[in-house]
Amino acid sequence: MNGGSGALALRGVTRRFGEHAAVDDVSLDIPAGELLALIGASGSGKTTTLRITAGYEIADSGQVLLDGKDITSLPPQKRGFGMVFQHYALFPHMPVEENVAFGLEARGVDRATRLARARTVLESVGLGGAGKRGIQSLSGGEQQRVALARALVIEPRALLLDEPLSNLDPTLRQSTRDELRSMLHRVGVPALFVTHDQEDAFAIADRIALLRNGRLLQVGKPEDLYDRPESLEVAQFIGRATILPGEDAGDRVGVSVGGLRMEFAATRPSAGSGRSGKTQVVLRPDALDLTPAGEENAWHGEVVNRRFTGGSAVYKVKLSDNITVEVASQNMQLREGDAAGVKVVREPLPVVYG
Amino acid sequence: MNQKRSWLLALPVLALLLWTVAFPNVAVIAGSFENGLGHWREFLASPTDREALTTSIVISLASVAASLMIGVPLAFLLSRFEFPGRRILRGVATLPAALPPLVGVIAFLFLYGESGIVTRTVQTIFGMEEAPWRLTGVWAIIFVHAYTMYVYVFLFVSAGLERFDTTLDEAASGLGASSWQRLRRVTLPLLTPAIAGSMLLVFMTSLGSFSAPYVFGGGIRVLSTQIVASKLNGSLGLAYVETTVLALSAVAGLALFRWLERKRKYASSGKGSATRKTVGSRRAATVAAVLSALVVIVLILPHLMVVLVSFAVDGAWTTQVLPPEYTLDNYRQLVTDSQLWRPIVNSVSMAAVATAANVVVCFVAAYLIVLRKFSGRRLLEILVALPWAIPATAIALGLAATFNRNDPLSGRVLLVGTFWILPLAYFIRGLPLVSTAVEGSLRQLDPSLEDAARGLGASWWLTMKRVVLPAARPGLVAGALLAAVTAVGEFVAGVVLYTHANRPISIEILAQLRALAFGTAAAYSVLLIALVLIMTFAARGLEERMA
Repeated sequence: MNGGSGALALRGVTRRFGEHAAVDDVSLDIPAGELLALIGASGSGKTTTLRITAGYEIADSGQVLLDGKDITSLPPQKRGFGMVFQHYALFPHMPVEENVAFGLEARGVDRATRLARARTVLESVGLGGAGKRGIQSLSGGEQQRVALARALVIEPRALLLDEPLSNLDPTLRQSTRDELRSMLHRVGVPALFVTHDQEDAFAIADRIALLRNGRLLQVGKPEDLYDRPESLEVAQFIGRATILPGEDAGDRVGVSVGGLRMEFAATRPSAGSGRSGKTQVVLRPDALDLTPAGEENAWHGEVVNRRFTGGSAVYKVKLSDNITVEVASQNMQLREGDAAGVKVVREPLPVVYG
Repeated sequence: MNQKRSWLLALPVLALLLWTVAFPNVAVIAGSFENGLGHWREFLASPTDREALTTSIVISLASVAASLMIGVPLAFLLSRFEFPGRRILRGVATLPAALPPLVGVIAFLFLYGESGIVTRTVQTIFGMEEAPWRLTGVWAIIFVHAYTMYVYVFLFVSAGLERFDTTLDEAASGLGASSWQRLRRVTLPLLTPAIAGSMLLVFMTSLGSFSAPYVFGGGIRVLSTQIVASKLNGSLGLAYVETTVLALSAVAGLALFRWLERKRKYASSGKGSATRKTVGSRRAATVAAVLSALVVIVLILPHLMVVLVSFAVDGAWTTQVLPPEYTLDNYRQLVTDSQLWRPIVNSVSMAAVATAANVVVCFVAAYLIVLRKFSGRRLLEILVALPWAIPATAIALGLAATFNRNDPLSGRVLLVGTFWILPLAYFIRGLPLVSTAVEGSLRQLDPSLEDAARGLGASWWLTMKRVVLPAARPGLVAGALLAAVTAVGEFVAGVVLYTHANRPISIEILAQLRALAFGTAAAYSVLLIALVLIMTFAARGLEERMA
């Protein structure tokens, strides 16, 4: 990707607060129409990255490019980006339609035209009749949609969303994810959204960028980060996993538990820095399954916890050597205290080093 | 606690407030009609009274405008930008409010009066025959008002800006709004409650202001001074009419404000994340620092002036720019001369009595208003807030009209001429200050805490002592401080109600000034400022120990 045709790009962006680098040499490319989720724990620099992209913070070094042009020092009001804030930042003294029309007001569009356009956009987010309502009378979900409408009405060149779902209750969150994904795809501009919730990121984003301590750990499709983590840190952050020491055996990897060593097909990080350190094997709950106690070629132990998750259950099984693994299984029969066997059912297993 | 017990607790408080707050107003209004419409006709026919009414309102509106012009930009400068000296300037900016009104007026006299230091300096520099200006009339009054009352605007707007949700400003700029559009469409509309609240406060204070018109008025008449003049002339009926008109103007202003406030539908959002822009270039930072230093000098000059003059030899300072001779005698006399020491004892003891009464009555009232939803709540709320809406002159005259004869059957007890009349006046003026503060504290108390304590088996007394009182304490301390500071420097009620034996400091300051004993007057003023500072630090220490 070269940052052309409406694409948004960051090049080596760095922002320091005193000695501490909040954002450290971050480069990203978001082509038009793509949804990129920036995820990471709090303090990882994701919000600062977003604010630099929007123009509210100035990078100490590095560039922000839009359509190949350098906009690093352009103030926010000249960027023409649509931003949805975490707490929505709706103007409490304006009714819904004036909030939505504000960006057009700032552009000198006459009142009748801008209100008409605001109404059209409000309809598209399912709030057709709500134009005259006050902000205080809206529910959280409605406020979120007004904030989105306000960002969309200016026909933004890029969309930036800061934790757009974090203020919604869990049920609403599920349905809003799908709505948001299709809405953002329809707009067809680069969209960058920040979240600390990887389920949100998995559900909405085309690609995910994982930040830690201001540095990008990995950028890729959700399934890439899940199945082919580039580092131990990525494997630990993304999804649930039991991580066990392994031994490289050619392309394959060997894992020993309680004296029983088994070998599996493996995927490894691309060559480079990701190849130093001890060999670690990532066991996802869905790569394992339960087997009847006593079966050969399986590790054996005792169920210490069982959690029903709908179509399956997740068991914690304590094996020998004080190793506890998480296993997702369709088998609902076992209870705490039962003896159980554990085997690998999905290969290759991700291997990371560190 | 059920309704009956609430009423039992409320009854003595309600009775006291009806007697001391409501009844005097009734007495004033009744007095204005004592010969039918005669006094009212007299009022309407008198050109001086009509002039006094318009001047009062014009001065109040101009004071509001002037306070806004100083207070709003200063609040923006000190809240939105970071530059060297910002924190000091922020503290100094509230200093004028620490001056008791009469002391502020006197400081201005020493500075900008005909023989004031600034005036004399300008006169000397330009070799003028006469003083370049005279500190009298409407402009002088507005000048002093602007200096002391801009603090309300500054504090309200600063608080509004601190609470201001800066993401709203960011959202507006992201949507393409220029800084002017953001100010006009987002920042100012959201600050409207703060600005309007401070405007109301300035208007009310200015309408009731007495010291500035009294000292600088010259030929100018305003209602608050006119009332006192009429009373001294023996035209009590006319004074009652003037008092009623003044109080009605104030209440009308208040009602107008409340009506405007109710028309607004939104509550201002209250989660603060104020970010300050650091003043960028070195040159801009220098300009900001120099400007700040100038502002600081202008603001503390009156205080310094009072301190300087307090060391001047009485009678020696005539035509020179600065007092020529200095001495410690002024202070020595205050302590050694029992006649001069007396007002200090008077003011402190009267303020102490009044504040103690405020603490007890306002705590009970606030408790009933906030935590007990009993049926007499509205009446109680109105009674404690009423003295806020009524100018001090009107309160003083009401007391003079009510407690001037001994007729307990009609609710009249002879207090005029005794020690107790001024503490009563201070008590009434302190009611809204203390109860607002305590109500604020108690509103933060989760009402279920009281239920929880009772549910755990605590008696009503234990709940009061361990749950309610600790919650009310910050408000009690802050409110009591405000009431005590106001009482110790109080002037207006003093003018109307003092006797020689119970004269407060402010009255003595005026007497010394009349006798041209500037040094002694200034020494009293310094003492007043010191008292205010000591009380402020004591209250702060108390607050910290509790926290």
